[in-house]
Amino acid sequence: MTLPQTPGRASAEADEIRGTVLQFLKEKTLATPATDQDLFASGVVSSMFAMEMVVFLEQSYRVTIVGGDLKIDNFRTVDAMTQLVLRLRDASDT
Amino acid sequence: MAADQTDHRLAILGGGVMGTGIATLAVGHGIPVVLVDVSEEVLHRTRANVALQLRHAALMGALPADRPSGELITSTSVQDAGDATAVIEAVTESPELKAKVLAEVSAAVQPGTAIISNTSGIPIDEMAAWVTRGDELIGTHFMNPPYLIKMVEVIRGSRTGDRVMAAVTGLLGSLGRRAIVVRDSPGFVTSRLLHPMINRAAQVVADGTATVEDVDALMEGCLGHPTGPLRTADLIGLDNLADSLQVLYERTGDESCRPCDLLVAKVREGSLGRKSGRGFYSYGKTPS
Repeated sequence: MTLPQTPGRASAEADEIRGTVLQFLKEKTLATPATDQDLFASGVVSSMFAMEMVVFLEQSYRVTIVGGDLKIDNFRTVDAMTQLVLRLRDASDT
Repeated sequence: MAADQTDHRLAILGGGVMGTGIATLAVGHGIPVVLVDVSEEVLHRTRANVALQLRHAALMGALPADRPSGELITSTSVQDAGDATAVIEAVTESPELKAKVLAEVSAAVQPGTAIISNTSGIPIDEMAAWVTRGDELIGTHFMNPPYLIKMVEVIRGSRTGDRVMAAVTGLLGSLGRRAIVVRDSPGFVTSRLLHPMINRAAQVVADGTATVEDVDALMEGCLGHPTGPLRTADLIGLDNLADSLQVLYERTGDESCRPCDLLVAKVREGSLGRKSGRGFYSYGKTPS
């Protein structure tokens, strides 16, 4: 686990992203997984749905997920998706 | 032993679900594609969908990393398939339409060019009468999505020549697919087994025996089916499924292949599965 440990802006952002992703998953799959649960191994999402997650994150957070970031491990858990969005947003801020 | 992908120039006829997915597979493996459809509007959508599917394939680690993508050209003229090394016909599963398109493309290509009909059930020997040179026709049955499913059913008709057989084996090798070659028969192997099963699954739901979700859950949890028959039906496309069942029913007389009322009703109301956003299940707006 490498989630931001410091309170404040980063963790508030992370909480917001986690909540948004969980809400999207709930609307689409009727499931409320734990944030570190493997969504593919547990059958919550299919490989077809994974692409919907990519598009959803890109549109919700105005990030572009390409190249080495476009790999299934980045979408395996709610926490992994949150980390990805935080990292891509930080990169575009600077 | 696989031929270099740059040796291939593929023409794909039809920009629907399968034509699009096969184009993604080919371009993603470095093979240039000319995709032909009668509608500019369809071609516009196809180009966007290939771009999206290339990302999906990359996401799933399904493309080779050692080569650049092939070029995708779209066209409304079958004549642009003229210098292809192989043609894959992937138009709607209607014998009348396939007859027309196969005759046109057969006249447009160089003699010796493999003409591959992607079909889920029409016998290849029946289609061989529609092309100029029957020994150049062979069948494939790609599964959806073609860029994620590694196995392809290949159907050798009684007239299919050795040269075309070898060309198609080489092409599928370059696409990283594994071919299983079977003999010609309505529905071949996969559709002959799967389609009546899906039809029955829909009938079970119509009878009120179980819900859509429970039918799929039982087939997954008890019998090891990877996605369940009704979720599979949505992925195939319910219109294509009904067409294929009709083809099977007309050619075998098997009552289990007569499209059931629930399936026919869903097609009539435009619930075509994943591609239309709704079938046995509901999907979001994002096509994938």
